[in-house]
Amino acid sequence: MSWLHMLFNGPPGTPPSVVWGYWVAAILTICIYSFLYKDNPFYKFAESLFVGVGAAYWLALLYHETLVPKLITPLFPGESGDPVQWIRIFPGILAIFMLLRFFPKVSWLSRWSLGFIVGMYSAVNITGFAQGDLVAQIHATMNMSLNSGGPLAIILNAIAIIGIFATLIYFFFSKEHKGVLGGVAKLGIWFLMVAFGASFGYTVMGRISLLIGRMQFMLGDWLHLLD
Amino acid sequence: MAKGFDIRNIDRRFIFVLVLAAVVWPLLHPLKLPMDVSPPVQVLYDAIEAVPEGSIVMLAADYSPDTMPELQPMAETFIRHAFRRDLRIVVACLWPASPPLVEQALGPLAEEFGKEYGTDYVNLGYMAGGIVTLLGMGASIPETFPADYGGTPVDEIPLMVEVENFDDIAFVMEISAGTPGTREWVQQVQSRFRVTLGSGTTAVGAPNFYPYIQSGQLTGLLGGLKGAAEYELLVGVPGDATSGMDAQSVVHALIVFFIILGNIVYFISRRSEKKSA
Repeated sequence: MSWLHMLFNGPPGTPPSVVWGYWVAAILTICIYSFLYKDNPFYKFAESLFVGVGAAYWLALLYHETLVPKLITPLFPGESGDPVQWIRIFPGILAIFMLLRFFPKVSWLSRWSLGFIVGMYSAVNITGFAQGDLVAQIHATMNMSLNSGGPLAIILNAIAIIGIFATLIYFFFSKEHKGVLGGVAKLGIWFLMVAFGASFGYTVMGRISLLIGRMQFMLGDWLHLLD
Repeated sequence: MAKGFDIRNIDRRFIFVLVLAAVVWPLLHPLKLPMDVSPPVQVLYDAIEAVPEGSIVMLAADYSPDTMPELQPMAETFIRHAFRRDLRIVVACLWPASPPLVEQALGPLAEEFGKEYGTDYVNLGYMAGGIVTLLGMGASIPETFPADYGGTPVDEIPLMVEVENFDDIAFVMEISAGTPGTREWVQQVQSRFRVTLGSGTTAVGAPNFYPYIQSGQLTGLLGGLKGAAEYELLVGVPGDATSGMDAQSVVHALIVFFIILGNIVYFISRRSEKKSA
């Protein structure tokens, strides 16, 4: 099978809709990357299309995955025989209140919904954070051994403990950072810089991974140049 | 500095072309660069290997198509690993875009391993609510997910008859691209219900989760494409992540080269400016 035949028909058994889907995706990818040369109408077209399709996709997804199964079906079970879940009226009312932000005279009602969301999530998150992050991390730090696990483990644990202490001192603002306190705070900055550097390195890797993924699609699925 | 050409004013598009070439060339001509397995990936692999045959594991898929290059290979390799070990998989998602992405991986792999839907694996789909859903699952998974992705009531699915809450799940693999994701699983599930939790995340998110490994809250971590490639290496089936690692390494070398070059040029130009002043 010739390469040109593969390009326009795909591997044997591939439905035409999939092949043309590849073509549309490839052309839009090129349109988006053309921005790297300079801003142009093809990029603008692809960007606008993406925003429009993205908004519609999420709207449809949330309607079918959230609104219908969580609110509409429980309130209007129809012929399924399931009992009506009247309790769902309350979240429904809160949802309508959120939309009242568009009407200035009654927009204050949306604060009730926001208040409910903020209060509920704060309560759940604070306990989760305290239990899962704060206490667990302090416990893990206190458990770091400086006399077992071999020389490397001892050195690494010592660095971690010094790093935590110095970084916490950097965020201690009740006393001016001078003298010993200033020196330790400066050490804390170094540890922070190393952490930011590691984070930046991972971010670069993540962005390059996305480029690699796109190129695997372009060269493999679309152009059939990869084994 | 030679007149007429100043590297400080180099057109950035020149760098774009070099990065593109550094990605494309290794994909077309694989270099097969050596790759080591890092301890967090090895720990995750060993933990799954230690799960008794026939146990139920959970794949918590919380990502969307934009992070597929990094996270889809993790999901595929985890499913392959679990099926190969005859573990049964329950999929649950807190992101609405995740269920069809997992389906893409589940379908072909289930066929390859001869696994049957409802008995060997089940996709519960998406449930709104984020952390509230996680807490609900701690009490009752069937009540939190009353039907699967296709709309079948869970009490009609044989596998789900054996699942009440996290006590029935031997291992949770959380694949996460953001919030709700790994942090919420650690805070709300691991710390409260003491499940064995492993995670695969995007490279951008990975540095935030390393402290959880040291504290023992996470049993292994796959960080970005590198983590996915290492996991593929351990499972013994190289996939998209492995094939992308050559390109990743070449681009990283190129970026390091540019950083060094930029610093050299900066110090030379600063010295010449001082001299001329």
